[in-house]
Amino acid sequence: MNKARTSISRSFAAHTVLLSYTLLALFPVFVIIANSFKARKAIFRHPLQPPNADSFSLIGYETVLKQGDFFLYFQNSMIVTVASLFFILLFGSMAAFALAEYRFKGNAFLGLFLALGIMIPIRIGTVAILKLMVATGLVNTLTALILVYTAQGLPLAVFILTEFMQQVSKDLKDAGRIDGLSEYAIFFRLVLPLVRPAMATVAVFNMIPIWNDLWFPLILAPSEATKTLTLGSQVFIGQFVTNWNAVLAALSMAILPVVTLYAIFSRQLIRGITSGAVK
Amino acid sequence: MKTGDNKTHRRWHIAVFMVPALLVYTAIMILPIFATMQMSLFTDIEQTQVYVGLKNFRTLFLDEHWSDHFWNALGNNTWFFIIHMAVQNPIGILLAAILSSPRLRFAAFYRTVFIIPAILSFVIVGFAWKLILSPLWGIAPWMLDSVGLKSLFAPWLGKEEYALTTLALVSVWQFIGIPMLLIYAALLSIPEEVLEAGECDGITGASAFWKIKLPLILPSIGIISILTFVGNFNAFDLIYAAQGALAGPNYSTDILGTFMYRTFFGNQLQLGDANMGATIASAMFVIILIGVCFYLFAIQRRLRRYEF
Repeated sequence: MNKARTSISRSFAAHTVLLSYTLLALFPVFVIIANSFKARKAIFRHPLQPPNADSFSLIGYETVLKQGDFFLYFQNSMIVTVASLFFILLFGSMAAFALAEYRFKGNAFLGLFLALGIMIPIRIGTVAILKLMVATGLVNTLTALILVYTAQGLPLAVFILTEFMQQVSKDLKDAGRIDGLSEYAIFFRLVLPLVRPAMATVAVFNMIPIWNDLWFPLILAPSEATKTLTLGSQVFIGQFVTNWNAVLAALSMAILPVVTLYAIFSRQLIRGITSGAVK
Repeated sequence: MKTGDNKTHRRWHIAVFMVPALLVYTAIMILPIFATMQMSLFTDIEQTQVYVGLKNFRTLFLDEHWSDHFWNALGNNTWFFIIHMAVQNPIGILLAAILSSPRLRFAAFYRTVFIIPAILSFVIVGFAWKLILSPLWGIAPWMLDSVGLKSLFAPWLGKEEYALTTLALVSVWQFIGIPMLLIYAALLSIPEEVLEAGECDGITGASAFWKIKLPLILPSIGIISILTFVGNFNAFDLIYAAQGALAGPNYSTDILGTFMYRTFFGNQLQLGDANMGATIASAMFVIILIGVCFYLFAIQRRLRRYEF
Protein backbone atom coordinates (compact mmCIF):
# COMPACT_ATOMS: atom_id res chain seq x y z
CA MET A 1 0.00 0.00 0.00
CA ASN A 2 2.66 2.43 1.08
CA LYS A 3 4.84 1.38 -1.80
CA ALA A 4 2.05 1.95 -4.30
CA ARG A 5 1.46 5.43 -2.93
CA THR A 6 5.12 6.44 -3.26
CA SER A 7 5.15 5.16 -6.81
CA ILE A 8 2.06 7.25 -7.66
CA SER A 9 3.47 10.37 -6.05
CA ARG A 10 6.73 9.69 -7.83
CA SER A 11 5.15 9.42 -11.22
CA PHE A 12 3.14 12.58 -10.43
CA ALA A 13 6.39 14.41 -9.68
CA ALA A 14 7.96 13.07 -12.87
CA HIS A 15 5.06 14.26 -15.01
CA THR A 16 5.07 17.65 -13.29
CA VAL A 17 8.72 18.20 -14.21
CA LEU A 18 8.25 16.91 -17.75
CA LEU A 19 5.08 18.90 -18.35
CA SER A 20 6.62 22.13 -17.10
CA TYR A 21 9.53 21.63 -19.43
CA THR A 22 7.10 20.89 -22.27
CA LEU A 23 5.43 24.24 -21.58
CA LEU A 24 8.79 26.01 -21.54
CA ALA A 25 9.82 24.37 -24.82
CA LEU A 26 6.60 25.16 -26.64
CA PHE A 27 5.70 28.52 -25.11
CA PRO A 28 7.78 30.77 -27.43
CA VAL A 29 6.56 28.91 -30.51
CA PHE A 30 2.96 29.22 -29.36
CA VAL A 31 3.28 32.94 -28.58
CA ILE A 32 4.78 33.71 -31.99
CA ILE A 33 2.28 31.70 -34.04
CA ALA A 34 -0.80 32.75 -32.05
CA ASN A 35 0.05 36.43 -32.26
CA SER A 36 0.90 36.30 -35.94
CA PHE A 37 -2.84 35.86 -36.62
CA LYS A 38 -3.89 38.86 -34.55
CA ALA A 39 -4.41 42.54 -35.20
CA ARG A 40 -1.78 44.91 -33.87
CA LYS A 41 -3.86 46.13 -30.95
CA ALA A 42 -4.60 42.62 -29.73
CA ILE A 43 -0.94 41.65 -30.00
CA PHE A 44 -0.09 44.25 -27.41
CA ARG A 45 -3.17 44.15 -25.25
CA HIS A 46 -3.56 40.39 -24.79
CA PRO A 47 -0.33 38.78 -25.97
CA LEU A 48 -1.10 35.42 -24.38
CA GLN A 49 -4.58 34.97 -25.80
CA PRO A 50 -5.09 32.88 -28.91
CA PRO A 51 -6.72 34.80 -31.78
CA ASN A 52 -10.52 35.04 -31.65
CA ALA A 53 -13.12 36.40 -34.04
CA ASP A 54 -12.47 39.93 -32.82
CA SER A 55 -8.72 39.98 -32.96
CA PHE A 56 -8.13 37.72 -35.98
CA SER A 57 -6.17 39.38 -38.75
CA LEU A 58 -3.94 38.32 -41.61
CA ILE A 59 -2.39 41.74 -42.14
CA GLY A 60 1.07 40.48 -41.17
CA TYR A 61 1.01 37.71 -43.75
CA GLU A 62 -0.22 40.14 -46.41
CA THR A 63 2.73 42.45 -45.73
CA VAL A 64 5.21 39.60 -45.79
CA LEU A 65 3.91 38.14 -49.03
CA LYS A 66 3.88 41.58 -50.66
CA GLN A 67 7.33 42.64 -49.52
CA GLY A 68 9.53 39.59 -49.31
CA ASP A 69 9.98 36.95 -51.94
CA PHE A 70 9.44 34.09 -49.51
CA PHE A 71 8.54 31.54 -52.15
CA LEU A 72 11.85 32.15 -53.87
CA TYR A 73 13.71 31.90 -50.53
CA PHE A 74 11.89 28.69 -49.74
CA GLN A 75 12.75 27.26 -53.15
CA ASN A 76 16.42 28.22 -52.69
CA SER A 77 16.54 26.53 -49.30
CA MET A 78 14.90 23.44 -50.76
CA ILE A 79 17.36 23.25 -53.68
CA VAL A 80 20.40 23.75 -51.44
CA THR A 81 19.28 21.25 -48.81
CA VAL A 82 18.17 18.52 -51.20
CA ALA A 83 21.19 18.84 -53.50
CA SER A 84 23.65 18.89 -50.58
CA LEU A 85 22.02 15.81 -49.03
CA PHE A 86 22.15 14.04 -52.38
CA PHE A 87 25.89 14.65 -52.79
CA ILE A 88 26.69 13.92 -49.14
CA LEU A 89 24.91 10.56 -49.41
CA LEU A 90 26.24 9.65 -52.86
CA PHE A 91 29.90 10.64 -52.34
CA GLY A 92 29.84 9.64 -48.69
CA SER A 93 28.50 6.16 -49.30
CA MET A 94 30.91 5.60 -52.21
CA ALA A 95 33.91 6.53 -50.07
CA ALA A 96 32.56 4.54 -47.14
CA PHE A 97 32.17 1.49 -49.39
CA ALA A 98 35.75 1.79 -50.63
CA LEU A 99 37.07 2.15 -47.07
CA ALA A 100 35.01 -0.75 -45.75
CA GLU A 101 35.36 -3.12 -48.68
CA TYR A 102 38.85 -2.88 -50.12
CA ARG A 103 42.26 -3.22 -48.60
CA PHE A 104 44.56 -0.75 -50.25
CA LYS A 105 47.55 1.37 -49.38
CA GLY A 106 46.48 4.44 -47.48
CA ASN A 107 43.12 3.05 -46.39
CA ALA A 108 43.66 3.82 -42.71
CA PHE A 109 45.23 7.18 -43.49
CA LEU A 110 42.33 8.28 -45.70
CA GLY A 111 39.81 7.21 -43.07
CA LEU A 112 41.61 9.29 -40.48
CA PHE A 113 42.01 12.21 -42.88
CA LEU A 114 38.27 12.29 -43.52
CA ALA A 115 37.51 11.90 -39.81
CA LEU A 116 39.44 15.13 -39.05
CA GLY A 117 36.50 17.12 -40.35
CA ILE A 118 34.13 15.71 -37.73
CA MET A 119 35.67 17.82 -34.98
CA ILE A 120 37.03 20.79 -36.91
CA PRO A 121 34.35 23.22 -38.03
CA ILE A 122 34.49 24.28 -41.69
CA ARG A 123 33.79 27.88 -40.65
CA ILE A 124 37.45 28.23 -39.67
CA GLY A 125 38.25 28.27 -43.39
CA THR A 126 35.64 30.88 -44.32
CA VAL A 127 38.10 33.61 -45.34
CA ALA A 128 39.79 31.35 -47.88
CA ILE A 129 36.51 29.75 -48.99
CA LEU A 130 35.14 33.16 -49.92
CA LYS A 131 38.37 33.91 -51.83
CA LEU A 132 38.04 30.60 -53.66
CA MET A 133 34.42 31.26 -54.57
CA VAL A 134 35.26 34.76 -55.80
CA ALA A 135 38.11 33.37 -57.92
CA THR A 136 35.88 30.69 -59.48
CA GLY A 137 32.96 33.04 -59.99
CA LEU A 138 30.71 31.03 -57.68
CA VAL A 139 29.86 33.84 -55.27
CA ASN A 140 26.12 34.42 -55.10
CA THR A 141 25.28 31.05 -56.58
CA LEU A 142 23.53 28.17 -54.87
CA THR A 143 26.35 25.94 -56.16
CA ALA A 144 28.75 27.57 -53.69
CA LEU A 145 26.45 26.69 -50.78
CA ILE A 146 25.90 23.14 -52.03
CA LEU A 147 29.68 22.58 -52.31
CA VAL A 148 30.33 23.91 -48.80
CA TYR A 149 27.56 21.87 -47.18
CA THR A 150 28.64 18.75 -49.03
CA ALA A 151 32.20 19.17 -47.75
CA GLN A 152 30.89 19.88 -44.26
CA GLY A 153 28.63 16.83 -44.19
CA LEU A 154 31.00 14.26 -45.72
CA PRO A 155 33.25 13.44 -42.72
CA LEU A 156 30.47 12.29 -40.38
CA ALA A 157 28.62 10.59 -43.26
CA VAL A 158 31.69 8.55 -44.22
CA PHE A 159 32.34 7.69 -40.58
CA ILE A 160 28.79 6.42 -39.90
CA LEU A 161 28.32 4.69 -43.25
CA THR A 162 31.67 2.86 -43.07
CA GLU A 163 30.56 1.18 -39.85
CA PHE A 164 27.33 0.03 -41.49
CA MET A 165 29.00 -1.11 -44.72
CA GLN A 166 31.30 -3.36 -42.69
CA GLN A 167 28.25 -5.25 -41.43
CA VAL A 168 26.96 -6.13 -44.91
CA SER A 169 27.41 -9.86 -45.44
CA LYS A 170 30.51 -10.84 -47.36
CA ASP A 171 28.79 -13.88 -48.88
CA LEU A 172 26.24 -11.68 -50.59
CA LYS A 173 28.92 -9.60 -52.29
CA ASP A 174 30.93 -12.67 -53.28
CA ALA A 175 27.82 -14.30 -54.72
CA GLY A 176 27.34 -11.16 -56.79
CA ARG A 177 30.94 -11.31 -57.98
CA ILE A 178 30.52 -14.96 -59.02
CA ASP A 179 27.42 -13.96 -60.98
CA GLY A 180 29.66 -11.55 -62.86
CA LEU A 181 28.44 -8.30 -61.36
CA SER A 182 30.90 -5.43 -61.64
CA GLU A 183 32.09 -3.74 -58.44
CA TYR A 184 29.83 -0.77 -59.29
CA ALA A 185 26.80 -3.02 -59.62
CA ILE A 186 27.64 -4.68 -56.32
CA PHE A 187 27.75 -1.28 -54.65
CA PHE A 188 24.66 0.27 -56.24
CA ARG A 189 22.44 -2.82 -56.55
CA LEU A 190 23.43 -5.00 -53.58
CA VAL A 191 24.97 -2.84 -50.85
CA LEU A 192 23.16 0.51 -51.11
CA PRO A 193 19.65 -0.90 -50.59
CA LEU A 194 20.88 -2.66 -47.46
CA VAL A 195 22.28 0.47 -45.79
CA ARG A 196 19.23 2.62 -46.47
CA PRO A 197 18.39 3.04 -42.76
CA ALA A 198 21.89 4.38 -42.09
CA MET A 199 21.57 6.73 -45.07
CA ALA A 200 18.30 8.06 -43.66
CA THR A 201 19.99 8.75 -40.33
CA VAL A 202 22.82 10.64 -42.04
CA ALA A 203 20.30 12.61 -44.10
CA VAL A 204 18.26 13.67 -41.09
CA PHE A 205 21.39 14.65 -39.14
CA ASN A 206 22.53 16.92 -41.95
CA MET A 207 19.19 18.31 -43.02
CA ILE A 208 18.47 20.61 -40.09
CA PRO A 209 21.87 22.34 -39.78
CA ILE A 210 21.94 22.97 -43.54
CA TRP A 211 18.40 24.34 -43.63
CA ASN A 212 19.02 26.59 -40.62
CA ASP A 213 22.52 27.85 -41.45
CA LEU A 214 22.91 31.61 -41.48
CA TRP A 215 26.69 31.98 -41.75
CA PHE A 216 27.44 30.72 -45.27
CA PRO A 217 24.34 32.16 -47.00
CA LEU A 218 25.23 35.51 -45.41
CA ILE A 219 28.82 35.35 -46.62
CA LEU A 220 28.73 33.37 -49.87
CA ALA A 221 25.28 34.03 -51.35
CA PRO A 222 23.60 37.16 -49.92
CA SER A 223 22.13 38.34 -53.25
CA GLU A 224 18.37 38.69 -53.58
CA ALA A 225 18.13 35.79 -56.07
CA THR A 226 20.05 33.31 -53.91
CA LYS A 227 18.86 34.10 -50.37
CA THR A 228 17.83 31.06 -48.36
CA LEU A 229 14.77 31.14 -46.14
CA THR A 230 16.90 31.57 -43.00
CA LEU A 231 18.83 34.52 -44.41
CA GLY A 232 15.71 35.93 -46.05
CA SER A 233 13.79 36.00 -42.79
CA GLN A 234 16.79 37.51 -40.97
CA VAL A 235 17.02 40.37 -43.48
CA PHE A 236 13.27 40.84 -43.69
CA ILE A 237 12.84 40.98 -39.93
CA GLY A 238 15.75 43.39 -39.68
CA GLN A 239 13.98 45.75 -42.05
CA PHE A 240 10.55 45.48 -40.47
CA VAL A 241 11.60 45.62 -36.83
CA THR A 242 8.78 47.99 -35.91
CA ASN A 243 6.07 46.22 -37.89
CA TRP A 244 5.16 43.56 -35.34
CA ASN A 245 2.50 41.92 -37.49
CA ALA A 246 4.97 41.39 -40.31
CA VAL A 247 7.76 40.17 -38.04
CA LEU A 248 5.52 37.64 -36.30
CA ALA A 249 4.11 36.43 -39.61
CA ALA A 250 7.61 36.06 -41.09
CA LEU A 251 8.75 34.09 -38.04
CA SER A 252 5.72 31.80 -38.27
CA MET A 253 6.36 31.20 -41.95
CA ALA A 254 9.96 30.27 -41.16
CA ILE A 255 8.87 27.93 -38.36
CA LEU A 256 6.31 26.08 -40.47
CA PRO A 257 8.60 24.23 -42.95
CA VAL A 258 11.04 22.92 -40.30
CA VAL A 259 8.29 21.78 -37.99
CA THR A 260 6.63 19.99 -40.92
CA LEU A 261 9.92 18.33 -41.86
CA TYR A 262 10.41 17.39 -38.22
CA ALA A 263 6.93 15.90 -37.96
CA ILE A 264 7.79 13.68 -40.91
CA PHE A 265 11.29 12.69 -39.81
CA SER A 266 11.26 12.94 -36.01
CA ARG A 267 11.17 9.19 -35.45
CA GLN A 268 14.13 8.74 -37.77
CA LEU A 269 16.03 11.55 -36.03
CA ILE A 270 15.43 10.26 -32.54
CA ARG A 271 16.25 6.74 -33.61
CA GLY A 272 19.44 8.04 -35.19
CA ILE A 273 20.63 9.83 -32.06
CA THR A 274 19.68 7.01 -29.74
CA SER A 275 20.68 4.35 -32.29
CA GLY A 276 20.38 0.88 -30.89
CA ALA A 277 19.14 1.89 -27.49
CA VAL A 278 15.54 2.70 -28.37
CA LYS A 279 13.87 -0.31 -29.86
CA MET B 1 50.84 -10.35 -66.29
CA LYS B 2 47.22 -11.16 -66.11
CA THR B 3 46.99 -10.79 -62.33
CA GLY B 4 48.78 -7.46 -62.74
CA ASP B 5 46.05 -6.32 -65.13
CA ASN B 6 43.47 -7.50 -62.74
CA LYS B 7 45.05 -5.54 -59.92
CA THR B 8 45.18 -2.25 -61.81
CA HIS B 9 41.63 -2.89 -62.91
CA ARG B 10 40.61 -3.29 -59.30
CA ARG B 11 42.44 -0.18 -58.19
CA TRP B 12 40.44 1.92 -60.60
CA HIS B 13 37.26 1.05 -58.74
CA ILE B 14 38.71 2.21 -55.49
CA ALA B 15 39.76 5.49 -57.04
CA VAL B 16 36.35 6.07 -58.60
CA PHE B 17 34.68 5.42 -55.24
CA MET B 18 37.09 7.56 -53.21
CA VAL B 19 37.86 10.53 -55.43
CA PRO B 20 34.58 12.52 -55.40
CA ALA B 21 34.42 12.67 -51.60
CA LEU B 22 38.15 13.34 -51.22
CA LEU B 23 38.08 16.03 -53.89
CA VAL B 24 35.17 18.02 -52.45
CA TYR B 25 36.37 17.60 -48.87
CA THR B 26 39.97 18.55 -49.61
CA ALA B 27 39.22 21.43 -51.97
CA ILE B 28 36.39 23.06 -50.00
CA MET B 29 37.34 22.25 -46.42
CA ILE B 30 40.95 21.21 -45.79
CA LEU B 31 42.80 23.46 -48.24
CA PRO B 32 40.79 26.58 -47.27
CA ILE B 33 41.52 25.94 -43.58
CA PHE B 34 45.25 25.74 -44.38
CA ALA B 35 45.02 28.73 -46.72
CA THR B 36 43.31 30.70 -43.95
CA MET B 37 46.09 29.89 -41.53
CA GLN B 38 48.64 30.85 -44.17
CA MET B 39 46.85 34.17 -44.75
CA SER B 40 47.23 34.95 -41.06
CA LEU B 41 50.99 35.21 -41.67
CA PHE B 42 50.62 37.89 -44.32
CA THR B 43 49.46 41.46 -44.38
CA ASP B 44 48.10 43.67 -47.09
CA ILE B 45 50.38 46.57 -48.01
CA GLU B 46 49.11 48.59 -50.96
CA GLN B 47 47.21 45.61 -52.29
CA THR B 48 50.11 43.17 -52.26
CA GLN B 49 50.40 40.41 -49.71
CA VAL B 50 53.57 40.75 -47.66
CA TYR B 51 54.86 38.04 -45.34
CA VAL B 52 55.06 39.28 -41.75
CA GLY B 53 55.45 36.09 -39.73
CA LEU B 54 53.55 36.13 -36.46
CA LYS B 55 53.11 39.90 -36.37
CA ASN B 56 49.32 39.65 -36.83
CA PHE B 57 49.09 37.46 -33.76
CA ARG B 58 51.19 39.91 -31.75
CA THR B 59 48.79 42.65 -32.85
CA LEU B 60 45.78 40.54 -31.94
CA PHE B 61 47.03 39.62 -28.48
CA LEU B 62 48.93 42.78 -27.48
CA ASP B 63 48.02 45.84 -29.56
CA GLU B 64 45.39 47.65 -27.53
CA HIS B 65 43.12 48.36 -30.53
CA TRP B 66 42.78 44.65 -31.09
CA SER B 67 43.61 42.89 -27.87
CA ASP B 68 40.78 44.48 -25.85
CA HIS B 69 38.28 43.07 -28.34
CA PHE B 70 40.00 39.73 -28.61
CA TRP B 71 40.25 39.04 -24.88
CA ASN B 72 36.74 40.37 -24.40
CA ALA B 73 35.41 37.97 -27.06
CA LEU B 74 37.42 35.07 -25.66
CA GLY B 75 36.23 35.78 -22.11
CA ASN B 76 32.61 36.08 -23.25
CA ASN B 77 32.96 32.87 -25.23
CA THR B 78 34.30 31.09 -22.16
CA TRP B 79 31.39 32.35 -20.06
CA PHE B 80 29.00 31.23 -22.82
CA PHE B 81 30.54 27.75 -22.59
CA ILE B 82 30.46 27.67 -18.77
CA ILE B 83 26.73 28.51 -18.75
CA HIS B 84 26.09 25.68 -21.19
CA MET B 85 28.04 23.20 -19.10
CA ALA B 86 26.48 24.34 -15.83
CA VAL B 87 22.86 24.59 -16.98
CA GLN B 88 22.33 22.59 -20.17
CA ASN B 89 24.01 19.37 -19.11
CA PRO B 90 22.54 18.99 -15.57
CA ILE B 91 19.01 19.78 -16.79
CA GLY B 92 19.52 17.48 -19.78
CA ILE B 93 20.63 14.68 -17.46
CA LEU B 94 17.71 15.28 -15.10
CA LEU B 95 15.15 15.16 -17.91
CA ALA B 96 16.79 12.06 -19.39
CA ALA B 97 16.82 10.32 -16.01
CA ILE B 98 13.11 11.00 -15.54
CA LEU B 99 12.30 10.00 -19.11
CA SER B 100 14.15 6.73 -18.83
CA SER B 101 12.31 5.57 -15.74
CA PRO B 102 10.47 2.34 -16.54
CA ARG B 103 6.74 2.38 -17.33
CA LEU B 104 6.65 6.14 -17.82
CA ARG B 105 3.66 7.15 -19.89
CA PHE B 106 3.90 9.55 -22.85
CA ALA B 107 7.71 9.21 -22.96
CA ALA B 108 7.68 9.38 -26.77
CA PHE B 109 5.60 12.55 -26.67
CA TYR B 110 7.97 14.32 -24.27
CA ARG B 111 10.97 13.15 -26.26
CA THR B 112 9.53 14.60 -29.44
CA VAL B 113 8.58 17.93 -27.88
CA PHE B 114 11.91 18.53 -26.16
CA ILE B 115 13.70 18.42 -29.52
CA ILE B 116 11.45 21.01 -31.20
CA PRO B 117 13.52 24.07 -30.11
CA ALA B 118 16.65 22.46 -31.55
CA ILE B 119 15.18 22.24 -35.04
CA LEU B 120 14.31 25.95 -35.20
CA SER B 121 16.87 28.25 -36.78
CA PHE B 122 18.86 30.69 -34.66
CA VAL B 123 17.06 33.50 -36.46
CA ILE B 124 13.68 32.30 -35.24
CA VAL B 125 14.93 31.56 -31.74
CA GLY B 126 16.82 34.84 -31.44
CA PHE B 127 13.92 37.01 -32.54
CA ALA B 128 11.25 35.04 -30.71
CA TRP B 129 13.05 35.49 -27.38
CA LYS B 130 13.91 39.07 -28.21
CA LEU B 131 10.21 39.77 -28.63
CA ILE B 132 9.22 37.85 -25.51
CA LEU B 133 11.81 39.58 -23.34
CA SER B 134 11.14 42.97 -24.88
CA PRO B 135 9.78 45.56 -22.41
CA LEU B 136 7.78 46.97 -25.35
CA TRP B 137 5.64 43.88 -25.77
CA GLY B 138 5.58 43.13 -22.10
CA ILE B 139 5.10 39.36 -22.03
CA ALA B 140 8.00 38.75 -19.65
CA PRO B 141 7.10 41.57 -17.19
CA TRP B 142 3.45 40.52 -17.32
CA MET B 143 4.33 36.93 -16.46
CA LEU B 144 6.62 37.98 -13.62
CA ASP B 145 3.90 40.32 -12.38
CA SER B 146 1.39 37.48 -12.23
CA VAL B 147 3.62 35.69 -9.73
CA GLY B 148 4.41 38.90 -7.88
CA LEU B 149 7.97 39.24 -9.06
CA LYS B 150 7.66 42.21 -11.38
CA SER B 151 10.48 44.02 -9.62
CA LEU B 152 12.86 41.38 -10.97
CA PHE B 153 12.21 42.39 -14.56
CA ALA B 154 14.88 44.23 -16.49
CA PRO B 155 15.41 44.62 -20.23
CA TRP B 156 17.87 41.75 -20.02
CA LEU B 157 19.07 41.83 -23.61
CA GLY B 158 19.72 45.55 -23.43
CA LYS B 159 21.82 45.56 -20.26
CA GLU B 160 25.54 45.00 -20.52
CA GLU B 161 25.69 42.90 -17.37
CA TYR B 162 22.85 40.51 -18.31
CA ALA B 163 22.80 40.30 -22.12
CA LEU B 164 25.42 37.57 -22.58
CA THR B 165 24.04 35.33 -19.84
CA THR B 166 20.52 35.79 -21.23
CA LEU B 167 21.64 34.76 -24.72
CA ALA B 168 23.57 31.79 -23.33
CA LEU B 169 20.39 30.66 -21.55
CA VAL B 170 18.40 31.08 -24.76
CA SER B 171 20.97 28.89 -26.50
CA VAL B 172 20.66 26.35 -23.67
CA TRP B 173 16.89 26.42 -24.10
CA GLN B 174 17.35 25.71 -27.78
CA PHE B 175 19.80 22.81 -27.57
CA ILE B 176 18.89 21.01 -24.37
CA GLY B 177 17.13 18.23 -26.29
CA ILE B 178 20.36 16.97 -27.86
CA PRO B 179 22.27 16.13 -24.63
CA MET B 180 19.01 14.87 -23.18
CA LEU B 181 18.59 12.37 -26.02
CA LEU B 182 22.21 11.21 -25.88
CA ILE B 183 22.06 10.67 -22.12
CA TYR B 184 18.66 9.02 -22.50
CA ALA B 185 20.14 6.56 -25.01
CA ALA B 186 23.06 5.85 -22.68
CA LEU B 187 20.73 5.25 -19.73
CA LEU B 188 18.56 2.86 -21.72
CA SER B 189 21.60 0.86 -22.81
CA ILE B 190 22.61 0.04 -19.23
CA PRO B 191 22.00 -3.72 -18.89
CA GLU B 192 19.08 -4.72 -16.70
CA GLU B 193 21.30 -7.16 -14.76
CA VAL B 194 23.54 -4.38 -13.50
CA LEU B 195 20.57 -2.54 -12.00
CA GLU B 196 19.10 -5.74 -10.58
CA ALA B 197 22.40 -6.57 -8.94
CA GLY B 198 22.29 -3.14 -7.34
CA GLU B 199 18.74 -3.71 -6.16
CA CYS B 200 19.81 -6.92 -4.44
CA ASP B 201 22.33 -4.85 -2.52
CA GLY B 202 19.59 -2.40 -1.60
CA ILE B 203 20.64 0.34 -4.01
CA THR B 204 17.48 1.77 -5.58
CA GLY B 205 15.95 5.07 -6.63
CA ALA B 206 18.15 8.13 -6.35
CA SER B 207 21.14 6.29 -4.96
CA ALA B 208 20.99 3.86 -7.88
CA PHE B 209 21.26 6.89 -10.12
CA TRP B 210 24.29 8.38 -8.34
CA LYS B 211 26.12 5.14 -7.63
CA ILE B 212 25.39 3.01 -10.70
CA LYS B 213 23.95 4.97 -13.60
CA LEU B 214 25.95 8.18 -13.41
CA PRO B 215 29.37 6.48 -13.53
CA LEU B 216 28.16 4.42 -16.48
CA ILE B 217 27.00 7.42 -18.51
CA LEU B 218 30.17 9.45 -17.92
CA PRO B 219 31.48 8.66 -21.45
CA SER B 220 28.30 10.17 -22.93
CA ILE B 221 28.68 13.23 -20.73
CA GLY B 222 32.25 13.51 -22.04
CA ILE B 223 31.06 13.43 -25.66
CA ILE B 224 28.38 16.01 -24.93
CA SER B 225 30.95 18.27 -23.29
CA ILE B 226 33.30 18.23 -26.25
CA LEU B 227 30.45 18.73 -28.72
CA THR B 228 29.27 21.69 -26.63
CA PHE B 229 32.81 23.07 -26.53
CA VAL B 230 33.29 22.92 -30.31
CA GLY B 231 29.80 24.27 -30.95
CA ASN B 232 30.20 27.16 -28.50
CA PHE B 233 33.61 28.31 -29.70
CA ASN B 234 32.31 28.26 -33.25
CA ALA B 235 28.99 29.96 -32.47
CA PHE B 236 27.84 33.05 -34.31
CA ASP B 237 24.27 32.85 -35.57
CA LEU B 238 22.30 33.41 -32.38
CA ILE B 239 24.30 36.47 -31.32
CA TYR B 240 24.17 37.89 -34.84
CA ALA B 241 20.42 37.29 -35.14
CA ALA B 242 19.60 38.80 -31.76
CA GLN B 243 22.19 41.56 -31.35
CA GLY B 244 23.62 42.18 -34.83
CA ALA B 245 27.27 42.16 -35.93
CA LEU B 246 28.24 44.72 -33.29
CA ALA B 247 27.21 42.25 -30.56
CA GLY B 248 25.83 45.00 -28.34
CA PRO B 249 25.26 46.51 -25.92
CA ASN B 250 28.84 47.78 -26.05
CA TYR B 251 30.31 44.46 -27.28
CA SER B 252 29.10 42.71 -24.13
CA THR B 253 27.82 39.75 -26.18
CA ASP B 254 30.76 39.63 -28.58
CA ILE B 255 32.16 36.12 -29.05
CA LEU B 256 34.93 34.87 -31.33
CA GLY B 257 32.54 34.13 -34.23
CA THR B 258 31.03 37.63 -34.29
CA PHE B 259 34.46 39.20 -33.74
CA MET B 260 35.85 37.30 -36.73
CA TYR B 261 32.87 38.23 -38.90
CA ARG B 262 33.16 41.91 -38.01
CA THR B 263 36.90 41.95 -38.60
CA PHE B 264 36.67 40.14 -41.91
CA PHE B 265 33.80 42.15 -43.38
CA GLY B 266 34.21 45.42 -41.54
CA ASN B 267 31.37 47.48 -40.13
CA GLN B 268 30.44 51.10 -39.59
CA LEU B 269 33.59 51.69 -37.55
CA GLN B 270 36.31 49.94 -39.55
CA LEU B 271 37.17 48.49 -42.94
CA GLY B 272 37.20 44.75 -43.46
CA ASP B 273 40.59 43.08 -43.06
CA ALA B 274 40.88 39.58 -44.50
CA ASN B 275 44.29 38.93 -42.95
CA MET B 276 43.20 39.84 -39.43
CA GLY B 277 40.01 37.83 -40.00
CA ALA B 278 42.21 34.87 -40.91
CA THR B 279 44.31 35.50 -37.81
CA ILE B 280 41.24 35.30 -35.55
CA ALA B 281 40.11 32.16 -37.39
CA SER B 282 43.51 30.59 -36.75
CA ALA B 283 43.29 31.48 -33.07
CA MET B 284 39.85 29.80 -32.99
CA PHE B 285 41.33 26.77 -34.72
CA VAL B 286 44.05 26.47 -32.08
CA ILE B 287 41.54 26.88 -29.22
CA ILE B 288 39.25 24.20 -30.66
CA LEU B 289 42.22 21.92 -31.33
CA ILE B 290 43.46 22.28 -27.74
CA GLY B 291 39.98 21.45 -26.45
CA VAL B 292 39.61 18.40 -28.70
CA CYS B 293 43.11 17.10 -27.85
CA PHE B 294 42.48 17.64 -24.14
CA TYR B 295 39.30 15.59 -24.48
CA LEU B 296 40.88 12.82 -26.55
CA PHE B 297 44.02 12.39 -24.48
CA ALA B 298 43.10 13.44 -20.96
CA ILE B 299 39.39 12.69 -20.59
CA GLN B 300 38.31 9.99 -23.02
CA ARG B 301 41.15 7.64 -22.01
CA ARG B 302 40.23 7.74 -18.38
CA LEU B 303 36.55 7.20 -19.15
CA ARG B 304 37.07 4.18 -21.32
CA ARG B 305 37.36 1.76 -18.43
CA TYR B 306 33.69 2.30 -17.58
CA GLU B 307 32.53 0.90 -20.90
CA PHE B 308 31.11 -2.59 -21.08
